[in-house]
Amino acid sequence: MIGQGIDAGFAGCECGRSDLRAFPPVSVARGTGAFGLWDALAALLVLGVLFLLAEFGRELAEPAPEPTPLPLDPLLLPGLALRTTLRMLAALALSLLFTFTYATWAAKSRRAERILLPLLDILQSVPILGFLSVATTAFLALAPGRALGAELAAIFAIFTSQAWNMAFSFYQSLRTVPAELDEVARSFRLTGWMRFWRLEVPFAMPALVWNMMMSMSGGWFFVVAAEAITVGETTVVLPGIGSWIARAIEERDLGAVGWALATMAVVIFLYDRLLFRPLVAWAERFRFEQEAGTPLDRSLVLEALRRSRLVALATAPLARAWRAGYRLSARLARPAAGDRNDPLVWLDRAGVLVLVLFGAYAAGTALETVAAFEPGELLRAAAAGCLTLLRVVVLLVLASLLWVPVGVWLGLRPELARIARPIAQMLAAFPANLLFPLFVSAIVAWRLDPDVWLAPLMILGTQWYVLFNVIAGAAAIPRELRDVATNLRVGGWLWWRKIALPAIVPYYLTGAITASGGAWNASIVAELASWGGERLEARGLGAYIARATEDGDFARIVLGVAVMSAFVVSINRLFWRPLYRWAEARFRLG
Amino acid sequence: MDVLSLLELRGVAKSFRKPDGGELVVLDRIDLELREGEILGLLGRSGCGKSTLLRLVAGLARPSGGTIRCLGREVREPPEEVAMVFQTPALFPWLTVLENVELGLEARGLPRAEIRRRALSAIDTIGLDGFESAYPRELSGGMRQRVGFARALVVHPAILLLDEPFSALDVLTAETLRSDFLDLWSDGRLPTRGVILVTHNIEEAVAMCDRIVLFASNPGRVAATIPIALPRPRDRHDPAFRDIVERIYVELTARPPAARPATAQGLPGTGIGTILPRVSSNLLAGFLEALAAPPFSGTADLPVLGERLGMAIDDLFPIAETLQMLRFVEIEGGDIRLTAEGRRFVASDTDERKALFARALLAFVPLAGHIRRVLEERPGHRAPWSRFAEELEDHMTPAAAEQTLRAVIAWGRYGELFSYDDATRTFGLENP
Repeated sequence: MIGQGIDAGFAGCECGRSDLRAFPPVSVARGTGAFGLWDALAALLVLGVLFLLAEFGRELAEPAPEPTPLPLDPLLLPGLALRTTLRMLAALALSLLFTFTYATWAAKSRRAERILLPLLDILQSVPILGFLSVATTAFLALAPGRALGAELAAIFAIFTSQAWNMAFSFYQSLRTVPAELDEVARSFRLTGWMRFWRLEVPFAMPALVWNMMMSMSGGWFFVVAAEAITVGETTVVLPGIGSWIARAIEERDLGAVGWALATMAVVIFLYDRLLFRPLVAWAERFRFEQEAGTPLDRSLVLEALRRSRLVALATAPLARAWRAGYRLSARLARPAAGDRNDPLVWLDRAGVLVLVLFGAYAAGTALETVAAFEPGELLRAAAAGCLTLLRVVVLLVLASLLWVPVGVWLGLRPELARIARPIAQMLAAFPANLLFPLFVSAIVAWRLDPDVWLAPLMILGTQWYVLFNVIAGAAAIPRELRDVATNLRVGGWLWWRKIALPAIVPYYLTGAITASGGAWNASIVAELASWGGERLEARGLGAYIARATEDGDFARIVLGVAVMSAFVVSINRLFWRPLYRWAEARFRLG
Repeated sequence: MDVLSLLELRGVAKSFRKPDGGELVVLDRIDLELREGEILGLLGRSGCGKSTLLRLVAGLARPSGGTIRCLGREVREPPEEVAMVFQTPALFPWLTVLENVELGLEARGLPRAEIRRRALSAIDTIGLDGFESAYPRELSGGMRQRVGFARALVVHPAILLLDEPFSALDVLTAETLRSDFLDLWSDGRLPTRGVILVTHNIEEAVAMCDRIVLFASNPGRVAATIPIALPRPRDRHDPAFRDIVERIYVELTARPPAARPATAQGLPGTGIGTILPRVSSNLLAGFLEALAAPPFSGTADLPVLGERLGMAIDDLFPIAETLQMLRFVEIEGGDIRLTAEGRRFVASDTDERKALFARALLAFVPLAGHIRRVLEERPGHRAPWSRFAEELEDHMTPAAAEQTLRAVIAWGRYGELFSYDDATRTFGLENP
């Protein structure tokens, strides 16, 4: 795991741990290969919800008054950064709540699992900015105050960037609780409540925290995008780094862009030190497969917190309350599994029924709207999708050609890898859309072709996933294998073909899958960019959705989003998943 | 009633549904009882269903037939009077020693003070003083298993179930833990009225138990019950002790003709549906060499040979039986003897050994011959894994089919009978 790599470096030990692959990307993790009936229902459900949200927003939306523009004063930036960060944390809390309920329901009920799982799979392939476009007006209409509505919409968008893979990872942990611990829990008659907090949550913790931190890293991109968005007549400006950048673009103020970049760099650095690393190091203690004497990864901040008396004083009552909860649950309920009159069973049935009914209703609405399209529209969207696909593929190949050799070179040099890995990881968290103005202004100045030159923006932020995964893979090549290669004088291309490339394949795929998913998401902001009054547009599905959003054309937004989701789901299931499986089976070391 | 029955099993059976709709019987009509103040041993090879039986008693699984009564009440869920010590201690790695021990008490909703008092007392009894705040990863294997014992004893179970609790430990640690446990038991310092010990270690069973129930496999059933009246502490070198060990070896290697319907001549390996153990050809060759060398010179007492090679029955028996199946050795009454073919194998060089092995495979392992024939008949001389796996699954579980195919692949490769490509999962005849 990356976080461990950093801290292991700090602890003066690389330990050769290759935990990165312990948490494969969720898009390739599920068992079933092809599409099933439940997948179709799930797709309709998601589509229907999007339509309903859009409908709702359109009916209630009223032209908003022009928001008062923020002054571009650098002194305001710390405050703005704080607001941006608070939005992230609020979304994180929501995502955790969602994870603990949704994933638990899916894991505990066979009935619910059949619909909830495909639903999650579809949801995670819906572009996050698509959710944002659809949800903004709906939330504005829902919330009493306009500012509150806008805040909720932004938080919802970030939530959609975090919740799905957290829930997925939690679900998977719940389903893979080690049999022996399960038997212990049952034979000592743990109540459901106790089992959840004593066994299931701790066991799920390492993977959950890892996914949480990865999605939070990805989330910076979307919070920045959500803070300044125009949907039709409605323009939302939330105080934050994102709106600052939007204003700087309008004003063509490169200096202000620079200030925002510097602030964000500080924020990401602090986030890495104060949240990411301490959490990942903390989650280590919940790791199930541990050998005696394996040093735990460390984080200075975490150790300071652990030693602090104040923290101990503050957490002690919490721990006591939790324990009292166990005893209470033991007195209240007997673990009578499979009891027919259990209210939970009825709740489960009712829940699934509601989902299915709602699915049917939503499907009806969606089909009605789809029927209203002229047939050419779907074709146009699909063609745009192919263009974007082409960009994603070309960019991924280019990024791989660049970063695979660099990553291997770095990964084989432990001192360098120790420095490079955390940097690459922070670069991946850095919201690349803040950098867009620099590129766009250059494209405008040199009159370059937007169809070609806007494309790199899509992979600007996500290419780092390839780099840091490859570094991790190369660092995990066992010392003996490298010694054997040296001993047998295996060098040059033969060395790459027989040793380096096979060893990093699963790691590389992890990075590539994340990078490609991120690129699809980024296309919505990358294919349509502006610099002051100048508008640059590349032909593609991202631009299609972006333009529909600008026009407030909800039917088109939903169509674009649906087509993009279809592309992403198909690529995941037909390409990445089999490839990853094959690589796992073929190139597993040891 | 003069002796009280803590546990009563009547006609207990367990079977699993096979993919083709048939039933696979794992345990067949077991009658058993645990008496007051007794340590009862369940002894048998891995796969004989003894651990499954223990899980039925613990209420972790339901029998498909028969009844289990615990202190007079039928077992439908994990009974409160039963606690179990697991093979891997199965501690919660995120809880300290103390928290692990307190787990079962918390689940009963006892008052906080009582939980703490009882947990500390159990930790004290089992010799874990000073380790209360340690995490399992900081402990050695032996200390971890002590936590496993403390966790079970702290709930004051009337019946203690031990699922091979010493088998994952090294010899010295296991011995210490065993004798500590027996001391506590003999001194009456345990809150427990009866113990069931599952093990595949014959000496351990004889050293600890008052009665040993021998299990036979396929399907799991009681083969014999041996009472042990030796006084404690027991001495392993005591002739009476050795006699019982010898007797158990004989029982376990004896094959009543009715026991294996698939074996026509009372020898295993005559049916295609025989489950084959995964034993490496290196081990087979090494075993034959050890048997041929002094002090055995071709004939050995199985317990003695096992001790000399440092092998428990779970390692020893699969090797011995595979060699018996290939007719390289004969086993009778706890003795093992090289055959003429076995002597020839030991005297040969690598290529001759491979040829001898291939011949034995074709003659006595029907599955090997079957695969070879299928490959020869097919025009491309290739066949997919599933071709044979499906056939085997008519006779055994998918896991056993996988194991059997893996075993025959390894042997076929050594004997150069056929090849197998794991990437494409195909069998072939070509040898690269």
